[in-house]
Amino acid sequence: MNVAAFSGIVFALSALAGFLGSLTGLGGGVVVTPALTILLGVDLHYAIGASLVSVIATSSGAAAAYVKEGYSNIRVGMFLEIATTFGALAGAHLTTVLPASALAVLFGVVLLYSAWHSFRGRKASAQLPPDPLAARLRLDGSYPGPAGAIRYHVGRVKAGFSLMFGAGVLSGLLGIGSGAVKVIAMDQAMGIPFKVSTTTSNFMIGVTAAASAGIYLSRGYVDPGLAMPVMLGVLAGSMVGARLLMHTRTRALRLVFAAVIGLLAVEMIYNGFSGGIGG
Amino acid sequence: MTDERIDKVIGTLLQVGVLAAAAVVSVGGAWLLAGAGRGAPAYRQFHGEPPDLRSPAAVVVRLIHPRPKIVIQFGLLLLIATPVARVVFSLAAFGVQRDWTYVVITLIVLLVLSYSLAAQP
Repeated sequence: MNVAAFSGIVFALSALAGFLGSLTGLGGGVVVTPALTILLGVDLHYAIGASLVSVIATSSGAAAAYVKEGYSNIRVGMFLEIATTFGALAGAHLTTVLPASALAVLFGVVLLYSAWHSFRGRKASAQLPPDPLAARLRLDGSYPGPAGAIRYHVGRVKAGFSLMFGAGVLSGLLGIGSGAVKVIAMDQAMGIPFKVSTTTSNFMIGVTAAASAGIYLSRGYVDPGLAMPVMLGVLAGSMVGARLLMHTRTRALRLVFAAVIGLLAVEMIYNGFSGGIGG
Repeated sequence: MTDERIDKVIGTLLQVGVLAAAAVVSVGGAWLLAGAGRGAPAYRQFHGEPPDLRSPAAVVVRLIHPRPKIVIQFGLLLLIATPVARVVFSLAAFGVQRDWTYVVITLIVLLVLSYSLAAQP
């Protein structure tokens, strides 16, 4: 396979991943890495380098629209980014120490979890008493509803902050956005409305990813020849997906995509244990 | 500066950053493919990138005599810089609002980002 054919295939795969990722809300980055390693035999470190960069593109692109409409809570995002960036640094350093086989198994477990999470559907946001810390940090906010602004309180700030550190570690370790964990931290732990949680998560993913991107770059994980078709593909796919999102029913699609993710997860774990990925 | 105004500026900043990065990466990518030979790409084994593709400073310096991979890497750097620019703008905005708690919070995040981007190969 020559360079042009390889780039074309990577672009097509990434576009499909970005398209399905944005339609289902699971994000495209999470399937790009297993697709590249399992289907095309790309080394795991190159794959997570390319995937991390593409995650910045899609999350920032999506965040731009939500921020303008006033859904994202910028103070919540900024405060929790302390946790995610420190976590991402720790994760990115761990990546250079852990063997690829261990990363593959961990990646598989995270994939299985996201697949299960999207099968199960979502619980209602937690109802919590207001946290004095939230008041002091002015985290409480409002978002546009059908009949004017809807106000909300933020609870359990410390629990959310700790979970966000974990989200950062996973992001830095596996080159993913770890949007699912970020949403759980805000929506389930801190009682922030779901719409605000998902849009603020998108807003935060870029900064979290940028924190590990510098480490990835300096370790030589970011290959321009591979990252180019991945980034352009995922971005194009997710832009088309976001357009369609307005008028499609995504329940069936979610289930299909979750099944695909589940299969990739099992394959990743098997390869990790059998030594098929890295040493 | 009101919070609504800050939201608008941040949204525009993110949009412009991503589009500019995608444009630069596309130009570099087209150039790379135009000059690509028959050789197969080698990603099966990890070798790591050469030093001139491993640090922001090295990439920017080599833009004087650009190669396709340098142009792509510069585009990827623009992309990485986009969220960083958002944090820098937030710092200024919180400063104008005299919201010192958030100036400190934003500074901490900015320090972590600078540490990562200054990492030596």
